[in-house]
Amino acid sequence: MNYGVVSQEQLERIDEILSKNLIDIGTDCVIIIDMAGNIITAKDNGTSKYDVYSFAALAAGNFATVDAMAKLVGEQEFSLLFHKGTDCNIHFSKIDDELLLITMFGKNISLGFLRLNVVKTIDEIRELWGKK
Amino acid sequence: MSFINLREKIVQVKIVYYGPGRGGKTTNLEYINRRFNKQIHSEMVSLKTHGDRTLFFDFLPFDMGKIKGYELKIQLYTVPGQVKYNATRKLVLKGVDGIVFVADAQEAMREKNIRSLNQLHENLKTYKESIFRIPLVLQYNKVDLRNQGIPILPPAVLEKDLNSRLKVPSFEASALTGYNVPDTLKKIISSTVVSIQKKLL
Repeated sequence: MNYGVVSQEQLERIDEILSKNLIDIGTDCVIIIDMAGNIITAKDNGTSKYDVYSFAALAAGNFATVDAMAKLVGEQEFSLLFHKGTDCNIHFSKIDDELLLITMFGKNISLGFLRLNVVKTIDEIRELWGKK
Repeated sequence: MSFINLREKIVQVKIVYYGPGRGGKTTNLEYINRRFNKQIHSEMVSLKTHGDRTLFFDFLPFDMGKIKGYELKIQLYTVPGQVKYNATRKLVLKGVDGIVFVADAQEAMREKNIRSLNQLHENLKTYKESIFRIPLVLQYNKVDLRNQGIPILPPAVLEKDLNSRLKVPSFEASALTGYNVPDTLKKIISSTVVSIQKKLL
């Protein structure tokens, strides 16, 4: 997989998948980043504005740290992470070894429902890469 | 590796400031943050210990304007310099496009500079990168201490210690006063952009 350059068509398809599966169910912001901290794409619901570049750098660092912790306890990886806040929650899930899907959502969505949609989104994105 | 968004015409480039502890990597970024605040649209992120030492990294996004129609977003990172934090240093190096090695020019730091540079060489190897291939600029920091009577290594010695095989651009600098900090930054950005262009074309 060459993720270093993503075609316009692929990006548009990914954006569609993110909008349909995650933004439309009421999440605030969805970002795909690579493990180096680059943003592949970011979508929001139009009302939430986050500093996505700093967020991506921190999220990549955070995930890498958790990965290192997994290895210390003999796990291959912890493939998802969840941070719970009062008004905002963040869910991280690995798409593959290089890409990470980050979803920010509020109180109006249950974690279970979000996870189902995240799994669906990741399947669809993987299928899209596979077609390349 | 850099990420190129063809739709929005954005190129993201990762530049890491690497070097021994207390060498002035964070100070470089702080100076850049103050001096070029018009091009910086977000806060500098610093993950520090209570003693003000870098724990994980500092992060500063920097807009460079357009090159050939593509908006260039430079992401500046530092690593923690303390010896014990090598695991974190390695993590920050992932996907790096260009490196500034900030050496401490004080005589007392001579050995630490060499060790740190050797470790950079080893760390890059784990990502199948080579210190001889990746865009690299050396910065001999803290030369302002010369005026305070603190023994500073002459440039020739630093060049021999650190740059005799690499043969990359090098600058004497003072991160505290800003002397040669913008020049170091300009040089690494231009070398990195040239290298990315070569890889793509």
